[in-house]
Amino acid sequence: MLTHVIRLTARKSRELFRVRLSYQTQRYLFIYIVLGIPLLYFLSTRMLPIFYAFNVSVREWNLLSSEKPFVGFENFSTIFSDEIFSKSILNTFKFVLIGVPGQLIAGLAVALLLQSIYRFRGFFRTIYFIPYVTSIVAVSWVFRWILMRNGWLNEVLLQLGIEPQLFLQSPRQALILVTLTMIWQSIGFQMLVFMTGLEAIPRMYYEAASIDGASGWRKFVHITLPLLNPVIVFSAVIGVISYLQSFGQVLSMTNGGPLNSTTTMVLYIYNLAFQQFKMGRAAAATVVLFAIILVLTLLQLKVLNKKVEY
Amino acid sequence: MSSAREVQGSKRLPVKKLHTALIYLLLIIGVGIMLFPFLWMVATSFKIPQDVYNLSLIPETITFDNYATIFKKAPFGDWIKNTLIISLIGTATVVIFDTAAGYVLAKFSFIGKQVIFLIIISTIMVPTEMLIIPWYLIANEFGWSDTNWGVLFPSIITAFGIFLMRQFMDSIPSELLDAARIDGLNEWRILLNIAIPLVKPAIVTLIILTFIGNWNQFIWPLIVLQTEEKFTLPVGIVYFSSELKDTSNWILIMAGTTISIAPLILLFLIFQKQIIRGIALSGMK
Amino acid sequence: MQNKKGIKSITTLLAIILVLAGCSSNSSGSSNDKKENAKPSNAATEPTASEKSEPEKEVSIEYWQYEFPAKVELIDELITEFQTLHPNIKVKQTNFPYDQYNQKVATLVPAGKGPDIINLYYGWLPKYVAAGYLQPLPQDSFPTAEIEKDYYPLVEAAKIDGSYYAIPTAVRTLALFYNKDLLDKAQIKELPTTWEQLVEDSIKLTEKDAKGQFVVEGLAWEPGAQLHHWYRDGLLPQAGGQDLSEDRRKILWADTPAGLEAFQYLLDFAIKHKVGINGFYENDSNAFMNGFAALNIDGSFRLGSIKKDFANLNFGVAPLPSYKAQSTPSSFWANAIPKNVEGDKLKAATEFLKFLTSKEVQEKWVDRIGELPAQKAVASQDKYVKDEKLGPFITQLDHSRAHFFIDETQEKTLFVDATNEVLVNHVSVEKAFNDLVAKVQKLYDDYWAEVDKKK
Repeated sequence: MLTHVIRLTARKSRELFRVRLSYQTQRYLFIYIVLGIPLLYFLSTRMLPIFYAFNVSVREWNLLSSEKPFVGFENFSTIFSDEIFSKSILNTFKFVLIGVPGQLIAGLAVALLLQSIYRFRGFFRTIYFIPYVTSIVAVSWVFRWILMRNGWLNEVLLQLGIEPQLFLQSPRQALILVTLTMIWQSIGFQMLVFMTGLEAIPRMYYEAASIDGASGWRKFVHITLPLLNPVIVFSAVIGVISYLQSFGQVLSMTNGGPLNSTTTMVLYIYNLAFQQFKMGRAAAATVVLFAIILVLTLLQLKVLNKKVEY
Repeated sequence: MSSAREVQGSKRLPVKKLHTALIYLLLIIGVGIMLFPFLWMVATSFKIPQDVYNLSLIPETITFDNYATIFKKAPFGDWIKNTLIISLIGTATVVIFDTAAGYVLAKFSFIGKQVIFLIIISTIMVPTEMLIIPWYLIANEFGWSDTNWGVLFPSIITAFGIFLMRQFMDSIPSELLDAARIDGLNEWRILLNIAIPLVKPAIVTLIILTFIGNWNQFIWPLIVLQTEEKFTLPVGIVYFSSELKDTSNWILIMAGTTISIAPLILLFLIFQKQIIRGIALSGMK
Repeated sequence: MQNKKGIKSITTLLAIILVLAGCSSNSSGSSNDKKENAKPSNAATEPTASEKSEPEKEVSIEYWQYEFPAKVELIDELITEFQTLHPNIKVKQTNFPYDQYNQKVATLVPAGKGPDIINLYYGWLPKYVAAGYLQPLPQDSFPTAEIEKDYYPLVEAAKIDGSYYAIPTAVRTLALFYNKDLLDKAQIKELPTTWEQLVEDSIKLTEKDAKGQFVVEGLAWEPGAQLHHWYRDGLLPQAGGQDLSEDRRKILWADTPAGLEAFQYLLDFAIKHKVGINGFYENDSNAFMNGFAALNIDGSFRLGSIKKDFANLNFGVAPLPSYKAQSTPSSFWANAIPKNVEGDKLKAATEFLKFLTSKEVQEKWVDRIGELPAQKAVASQDKYVKDEKLGPFITQLDHSRAHFFIDETQEKTLFVDATNEVLVNHVSVEKAFNDLVAKVQKLYDDYWAEVDKKK
């Protein structure tokens, strides 16, 4: 289907540039092969499963049953009348709003700090990268220990004469703490992406600016940020998508509690599908999640993607 | 370049020194935050059962029994081998396909490009949890369940990587590519000889991120694998700790997790040099 | 991305999605057909195969169980034994980690893979039965009357719509675990047998430091662990209340004052007497096993864990304290046969199930796993009743209950939420209780509405 579109385009342009046919043929052959393989691959391993989910969203399907009667939009009206679903959407947005800026700022800060030193850079980079490598389950348990009612952090607070806190057992603190864990774990990833982006900025821009007497801040705003734009776009889009899909840490740190204060959309979907076997409703919730992600991604690509003037 | 710095540096030397000290201080505080939970994990893995809830970071009695027990109980060798094979092949295919696709999406213009790009990113908009049932249907249909290939097939090309490479390829000056075309190089040569060397650091980043992603994959391997010898490390650890959780035997679980991430940290330390060399060779500075 | 192109590209994208949706709904439709076709064809081939091959032919069956090394090992041994008794039946055991058990089942089954016997927690049974996944146990081998005569009445939780869908090898009850050293320290000579005594003793046993923080809990208090069971099958009936109506449609907690009284009693440990709190050393059993809780209400399954990892713990077990009546919570894992198992496989599965519920296996199960025999005749033998640790669990079996569950996870979550409303949000106990009853009732209403719709 998609290659068909490209082929049409190709034919059209071929008619326009009949003169350089051989060059154009070679060029389009290159595009076909390079994009065709991934597209076919994604069609079979991603798009079809996604449409499979879309199809299931209008059916009632208990995973253990072979019958999948068509029920129209009943699944959607059921989940939207479920207050836990609305709560999970709200929570998911909180995860994004705290997590994405937190991760980007922390990652950029570490990358810039590392960029400005010469000694021990590799050492620091490795250390900051370690949490990203560690398994989510193990990390979550360590954090649960630290935040336990009689855990390390409360011990410290008591020493300082501060009331012990509920932390993960408090509906007000749990979400922020889980988000902080997620940021902690992704700083390494973000740092690496930003450092790669920073390396790609030619030094001569900074030298020229220094000669002009620009301050560090001005260099950052006028050189670093604009030239880092493609990497920032990438990080923001990927960040929003992954925080919208928050699941692993939530499952192992709070399992959605207390009082559903950390239930996210994916946890909700997971519970519907694999705890209650209500695949139709789970698929409906997935369609809603997909729509939210799609809209937000398009918005970001539109707002963030500015052609940079050098 | 260095001369400009020196001129600036010598002018306000004390300020500069203070500045550098501050940077190191911040980084060291960061190290504390980054390492603390991790160190606790490793420390716990060397503790004796009576000390689990002892809040000190250095175990009072250090024991290697936990590791001995684990290696006795579980076929870690098989698990590491499987995980390594899957991660290596998966990373290789991702680098080949994602780099090329990212390049075309960044540096060619043709109608439908934006649509194709959006279709590709839209594939990461559905959580894995919802894809595993169709994937399992596929794996079962083709007889791939309980094989390395079964674990591998959903991740041989990633939208994440294509997007990453597209963003980095974007900054390659088009004039360079056009010049090569005028010189008569074909598109494959341009990709291999001109574009790729310019984004070497990005490719190293892609390799690292993909490798780690494959290594730590959990939900899908858990579903598709059945027999103990075929397990990957994360799946094996979960089976292994299934009983331990019942008695909250965190010491053994932490030992298992430490083993499961140690190879990764080692690989990263080795790659560390590669990154630096990659940057140096690319001549971007 | 240029601005003008953006809008155009969205519309093109939508167009492509629509086209793809067209193809894919066809193709996924056809894959559905394939699966549905596949099943009848399987069903068609199986009887013919069974006609040819009477008992002579070799049958292999698959047994699914969660990953718990002691159980896995024992089942492996039992399989070897069974296969020597029945040389023409081969049994294969497959295990999934406990946390992902339902998920694995739910992924493998739609792909047409499945066991011939499946081990399930009794609280999951209604979910599996409602999906039409299980078949009632064959009447000729497991007559209902005999089950009800031989087994403890708690097994009735596996009876749905008049038929038994599953049968356990072993069952578990809750009892009061006590730390002997801590009791000696507090100079408590007699074990609590009434509600009041339990409160008094746990107050005496509680230790706090200068800052008011727990050092030792008098009674470990973890709503997410066994307290939900203790409420529904222990405290509530003990206070004279009832859990569920005969037809299993109505939650009766609020129909008598007993419901609120029992709920208040349970919460008072945390909010009034302050003898225990959730999350102290992770959870109740952990606090107890590490010596940071003097009393704990826990299951017989914990005996094995303590023996293995906390051999030095000086502890004892006593029957649960009671009030107006006696009642003890119980639960079990049971074996069931999926609906699509037919012909020779069904015969083999039945044979294996009979073996698993035999007296010998039940005895092995107590010795090796620590779960109690499900049949009265086996459990009431002197060697078990007189056992210091097993005895209290077994003597309670006669008045034990295992309440019906629609959805174990959800019902437990609602219960934990209600306790949190009181603890964290300072909602009154009465309001939290009424909300809880309403929410659980809604869960039951939804379940029955679905079941009725299918009829």
